[in-house]
Amino acid sequence: MSILTARKVTKRFGGLVAVSSFDFDIPEHSIVSIIGPNGAGKTTFFNCITGFGKIDEGEIAFNGTRIHRLRPDQITHLGISRTYQNIRLFADMSALENILVGQHIFLHSSWMSAVLRTPGTRKEERTALDEARRLLSFVELGGKGDLLARNLPYGAQRRLEIARALATRPTLLLLDEPTAGMNPRETGDLTGFIHRLRDELGITILLIEHHMRVVMDISERITVLDYGEKIAEGTPAEIQSNPRVIEAYLGRGAGTERTATTRVQAAT
Amino acid sequence: MRTSLGERLTEWAVTGFLWGFRILIVLIIVVGTYFTARGGKYTGSQWIDFVVFGIARGSIYALIALGYTMVYGILRMINFAHGDIFMTGAFGGYFVITAMARSGFLDRNPVVGILLSILFAMLIASSIALLVERIAYRPLRGAPRLVPLISAIGASFFLEYAFRGFFGPGVYAYPAIRVLEGQWSILGHAVLKMQVVVAVSAFVMMAILYAIVMRTKIGKAMRAVSEDKAVAALMGIDVNRIIVTTFGIGAAMAGAAGVLYALAYRQVNFFVGFTPGIKAFTAAVLGGIGNVPGAMVGGLVLGVFESLGPSLFLDGLGITRPYQLQDAIAFIMLVMVLLFRPSGILGERITTKKA
Amino acid sequence: MLKGKDSFVGMAIRIGLLGGAIALFLCLVGMVEIFGKRFLIEKVVTLGHALLLLSGLGVGFVAARRTLNLSTERRPLASTLAGIIAGTLTGAVLAALVLIGDRLDLRAVFLTASPGLYSMLTMGRGVGGAWILIGIGALTGLAGAAFVLLPDRLRQPIQQGLLISSLISLFTGLIGVIMTNQGGAVAKAENFLFGSTGLSLNGAIIVFSVVAAWSLLWSYLAGPVKLGVDRLPKAGKLTLRVLLLLLLVYVLYRLPFVSGPFVSLVLVTISLYILMGLGLNITLGFAGLLDLGFVAFYAIGAYTVGLLTSYGQYGLQHISFWAAVPIAVLVAMFAGAFLGLPVLGIRGDYLAIATLGFGEIVRILAGSDFLAKYFGGPQGVIGIQKPCLGFLEPFLKVDVPRVCDGTLLGTPVEIYFVAIVSAIVAAFVATRLRDSRLGRAWMAIREDEDVAEALGINLIQTKLLAYILGAAFAGLGGAIFATLVGSIFASSMQLIVSINVVSLIIVGGMGSIPGVIVGAIALIGLPELLREVSEYRFLFYGAALITMMLSKPGGLWPSTITLRELHLEAAVPETETAPANKKPKA
Repeated sequence: MSILTARKVTKRFGGLVAVSSFDFDIPEHSIVSIIGPNGAGKTTFFNCITGFGKIDEGEIAFNGTRIHRLRPDQITHLGISRTYQNIRLFADMSALENILVGQHIFLHSSWMSAVLRTPGTRKEERTALDEARRLLSFVELGGKGDLLARNLPYGAQRRLEIARALATRPTLLLLDEPTAGMNPRETGDLTGFIHRLRDELGITILLIEHHMRVVMDISERITVLDYGEKIAEGTPAEIQSNPRVIEAYLGRGAGTERTATTRVQAAT
Repeated sequence: MRTSLGERLTEWAVTGFLWGFRILIVLIIVVGTYFTARGGKYTGSQWIDFVVFGIARGSIYALIALGYTMVYGILRMINFAHGDIFMTGAFGGYFVITAMARSGFLDRNPVVGILLSILFAMLIASSIALLVERIAYRPLRGAPRLVPLISAIGASFFLEYAFRGFFGPGVYAYPAIRVLEGQWSILGHAVLKMQVVVAVSAFVMMAILYAIVMRTKIGKAMRAVSEDKAVAALMGIDVNRIIVTTFGIGAAMAGAAGVLYALAYRQVNFFVGFTPGIKAFTAAVLGGIGNVPGAMVGGLVLGVFESLGPSLFLDGLGITRPYQLQDAIAFIMLVMVLLFRPSGILGERITTKKA
Repeated sequence: MLKGKDSFVGMAIRIGLLGGAIALFLCLVGMVEIFGKRFLIEKVVTLGHALLLLSGLGVGFVAARRTLNLSTERRPLASTLAGIIAGTLTGAVLAALVLIGDRLDLRAVFLTASPGLYSMLTMGRGVGGAWILIGIGALTGLAGAAFVLLPDRLRQPIQQGLLISSLISLFTGLIGVIMTNQGGAVAKAENFLFGSTGLSLNGAIIVFSVVAAWSLLWSYLAGPVKLGVDRLPKAGKLTLRVLLLLLLVYVLYRLPFVSGPFVSLVLVTISLYILMGLGLNITLGFAGLLDLGFVAFYAIGAYTVGLLTSYGQYGLQHISFWAAVPIAVLVAMFAGAFLGLPVLGIRGDYLAIATLGFGEIVRILAGSDFLAKYFGGPQGVIGIQKPCLGFLEPFLKVDVPRVCDGTLLGTPVEIYFVAIVSAIVAAFVATRLRDSRLGRAWMAIREDEDVAEALGINLIQTKLLAYILGAAFAGLGGAIFATLVGSIFASSMQLIVSINVVSLIIVGGMGSIPGVIVGAIALIGLPELLREVSEYRFLFYGAALITMMLSKPGGLWPSTITLRELHLEAAVPETETAPANKKPKA
């Protein structure tokens, strides 16, 4: 069962084709990754899924519903959430507040009842606060709720961003380079954490990553993009030995055995 | 798809409003013009007068607009104090030109006299602009958008009231220049000499500026910095110097515009920069902010529209004293541009950068 | 010119010349002369001279301090020398002005370069007195340097003493009136301490000594006191807060009575600006939408009340003020939606300009002859009645001016109470909104609009609400203003009002409710109360804006401070998880 299907998705920026006729499926409850050299179109594809910028051709469906014409907030209502390549927390708000914003769609009190502080509002806020604290502990930031997001160390900020994304109770979570800037220990922790997300919470995960070890360790399936096109898809083992993939990353001629042999032949 | 009723209503309201606004404006223009044409209140010669007046006014706006657009292109900030730089130029030119008038030099060599005043005005305007840049803008270069804007507003107040302190609240009158009084006959139509001189001088300066921006090394550096500061720095361009140069040139243009304005309208006071400043900014946005030819086009379009507008369509609709609404026309044009084509007449489509 | 990291002389010269330029500016802009008409210390030092002395002190201080920073060892001699050099140069620049002014009549260019100014500068000694200037410059430079070299324990009290004494002298008018009104011993004290425009010599000495002594004492006591307060149990802290609040309420209540009608008027103006500031604080401070056309909502509120209650020719109905106000607020809210709808998609600077355009269009239309028969044209709407605390049927439409059978709230003092109560209610509502889901949504939009949308926030609805609610506050302010003045014209809705409100929010601290209050007092109240300042009001205004942005862009009372304080109160125990990093070190 695919939780997300994308068919022939194309996105252009003026003359540049960022994503070209991309077909993509995410099996439910899986952890899949998209990799590719810089500028390959990975983040652009994320943006297409979450509704930032309309796609020029093709369609995207989530659990059967066509989402490519929806607004980002509508897509979030359906259960998709994401984190960002460059951390985009609300810097001047506290950690708790960041998470509380994430719970926006589950809080229903109007502004008038907020002004009057009706019992319903108070109860709702209390529940939300408890849930936010729970999420904080879940990402191992318990007790740090009142710190300003900008004052948190880097690794903590990344975890906070994930907590905020989780606050929207997604069934599909898009993580954009979550291990960027992390040391090996933090990376290991994060990998374990991603597994927990899928195993304990049943969330399907789509990952963009450059950190090859993480990708190979964690993904059940990897898709490779280069210049906006899918050039390979398969299990980690298959991808590692795929010559086109190696060529895309290391340049023409570096990957194929044959070319290396030809060079040797030419030299002699 | 759970779009609530409220959401759908507001979306309709937004689209409806935007369309209604467009239609309203078009109606006003078309209906008003029709009735005016039918009423025959103005003669053909008067219409030409309006247009010429608009071109003269507009060329002054254009000169000021150049400063706004160049600074915005490089620093992405609206230099709120630019209108007041225009004012300082007008004042600077005043002292030179009255000194020359008193000694009789002006009557003997009017052209040289005016040129000298303009040069002096440009000098004063640039110096003050550079001072403002150094004190109020440079330290705030990396700050969030709002901060330099407020600083610019502060600088604007400061300049206005400093000049009020120096020179008093009264009006200073430029001397009459005999050579510029009267009319010329161009293509069989009588045109005020002053307006022609103002327009032509402005065009000449704009042409010079355009040549500088497009042909010289400094111009290329300016364009590079406005495209991408970081890359320009990597290419070896001294970004700071270019920013300072941009401010200087923009201010010089505004200073010259100050003298031209004062020659045409004869009156200068400490507050004279306020309205032309806002209008010139409108012109810059109209033509496409960041775009040098755009500023010129925008200025002329605004000037002509503003001049023609009240008589052309407002009068036809039976509005009394339509000239009171002249400024409103300028603001409505501003709002229309920002709502419907923010990139302006000559600007490229602005792509909204997301995520 | 000596330039080099270790050369303090070059630096001192530069500072001196800069100081001289500033002093020259102050002279030429007319401030020195005008301030010279008022005494800081009665019959001893005028405010104008004080400015000049301050320049000398200032350059001495800065030069000495920078010299200290140049090297790691303390160089008292060098610093002092630097101070003297800087001060001397400042004096020299002014002396040059006097000497040049003697030969050349500068009044052809600078109106203020008059003999009066020169005589002031040279203490009436003519050209020969130019040397005095240089001498004074050197002395004040020395004093400034000495100030730097003083140990902190001594410097603080002197600094505080000077500052507070100057402030008290500046506020002689206000304080004098309050004290005289008390009568008896207090009034006698006032006579002794104050002259006509400033502190008397005795008064100055006494005030300075008292403040300095207190400051010295406090420097020893501050630590223990703070610790004591921190250690109070929660009930204790609460009691402290309540007491402070009661004190504040008492002061607010008594203030207009003790200080007279002029000050009451100022207080009303401050309250109205607080009201508007709270409104714009929602639109701009919380949601980050730079609305420079804000004054339009204020005007709409004012015009609505005007048209609904006036007995002049433009009044539509003649209902009572209390009935007109809710209608005015509703109309303003509609206007907020109306203005917000088209600009929803515009961002940043463009939004500022677009809203500015809208505001100006509204103003021009309201004052035009074209719409004069609805809005009164340039003459505006007059004859607006005052509010009445009676039991008249509010919607009763009478054709003759109603006679109030309760209390008529006509005087500024009475309107002040209406205004201050409204401001307090508004602050309350704003606080509740800030801490609600909507408030968080607004702040998310301000921080990062795209991410906010990605978290499920409907941008259109949320932004519209920001405009609507902000407009509501402004409309209320306008309504009260209309009844205060009794008439409204289009010229009361100038762009400057919007700029005032934006500035006071930014100076006070964007998004911070106490900041709005501080900003209003600083930017609106102070200029009104200090008459000399009001002559140069906009000059100071501009300088203040620039200085604030350069030194404290977060504002005088930034919102994150209040955030911390509030969270310290909501002390629900956190569910602490075991510290997560107790993994064995690899």
